[in-house]
Amino acid sequence: MKFRDYYAILGIERDATQDQIKQAYRRLARKFHPDVSKEPDAENRFKEVGEAYEVLKDPEKRAAYDRIGGGWQAGQEFTPPPGWDTGFEFSGGGFTDAGGFSDFFEALFGRMEAGRGPGPGRGFRAKGEDHHARIMVDLEDSFHGRARTVTLSMPEVGADGRVHTRQRTLNVRIPKGVCEGQRIRLEGQGGSGWGGAPKGDLYLEIRFRPHRLYRPDGRDVFVELPIAPWEAALGGVLTVPTLGGKVDLTVAAGAQSGQKLRLRGRGLPGKPPGDQYVVLKVVVPKATTPEARALYEKMAQQFPVNPRAALDV
Amino acid sequence: MEERTSSCTAMVLDEGISFTLYEVCRSCGVHAEVIVEMIGEGIVTPKGSSMREWRFDGIAIRRAQQALRLQADLGVNLPGAALALELMEEIERLRRLALRTGAV
Repeated sequence: MKFRDYYAILGIERDATQDQIKQAYRRLARKFHPDVSKEPDAENRFKEVGEAYEVLKDPEKRAAYDRIGGGWQAGQEFTPPPGWDTGFEFSGGGFTDAGGFSDFFEALFGRMEAGRGPGPGRGFRAKGEDHHARIMVDLEDSFHGRARTVTLSMPEVGADGRVHTRQRTLNVRIPKGVCEGQRIRLEGQGGSGWGGAPKGDLYLEIRFRPHRLYRPDGRDVFVELPIAPWEAALGGVLTVPTLGGKVDLTVAAGAQSGQKLRLRGRGLPGKPPGDQYVVLKVVVPKATTPEARALYEKMAQQFPVNPRAALDV
Repeated sequence: MEERTSSCTAMVLDEGISFTLYEVCRSCGVHAEVIVEMIGEGIVTPKGSSMREWRFDGIAIRRAQQALRLQADLGVNLPGAALALELMEEIERLRRLALRTGAV
């Protein structure tokens, strides 16, 4: 078990006042809230911050934690000294919705969690808790509606009333045409119900891994297409990659860099399907040989153009 | 630690799906009053004139759940959660624009 430095997690000194602790927590909770933050490890950071606050906001727990001493470094192998918590009265307050605290927390304060009810829940339902997670998939998974194996870590209240982390692997068919940021719901894949009630649901937020070629925007897909200056000037038929395979695109003569061409219905599938936008990027070859230089010089004579005329220079 | 593999089919919570007030309440684990308050704040907007006819789309479930989590975790009230949601959606829109234009 690793030692956790709750003061460092909240970025405060060991002699911080309760007000300073609360301010630090509020600030970091807003920063790392999984609904707010897009950082990949936001959920872990949010839980870590919540766990630190859970201990430090409560003067009893804070005093007990301080008694372990400041000699420990974060991440250091840690075993609580025998009888470390004698002489401390825990009132058993401080219920945190997040659940799933670290082993370190459980070792120090775990027994207080034992009396906990059947898990956090709002309102009347006896249905199991809903779980939420964010998963990274490839654009191709959405395009083809492929099945993906996802591994999730779920906090779960065990038979002993303690919170354990359970790993589970799910085979999820990624719905065809699902977009970045959309949620999908897997019924009955959340926490266990109690009193014979049904299990909760699992909500997964879809994020796409950065793609080598394509940039998604909703169901539309953008791709940058490098073209040679003479292809742009003369036009022609160019082969373009799409998620569904190569297609031929006719470029009219006189095309310019930055010009956007649309391939209707070649984006992510749906009703209606998205489009693929091809953004042209003229790539100018370097004049590395005397022959190439001569060609460019001839062009300069043939096209006496001032491309900066609109800039009044 | 226990390993378990199971297969399941997913439902996309998008504009093309429709839920009754009861289903939204069940998905969010709250009483109808809470959803009615959210309608008042513009967090969710059902189609249909009477409560019985109200239909919510998949985005509404996401927004209602997010608003509840923001309230529970950050201590904001409902109007505050509504503001946060709007700002977050604006950031998401700008993030997508930046992604599309290759700025990030």
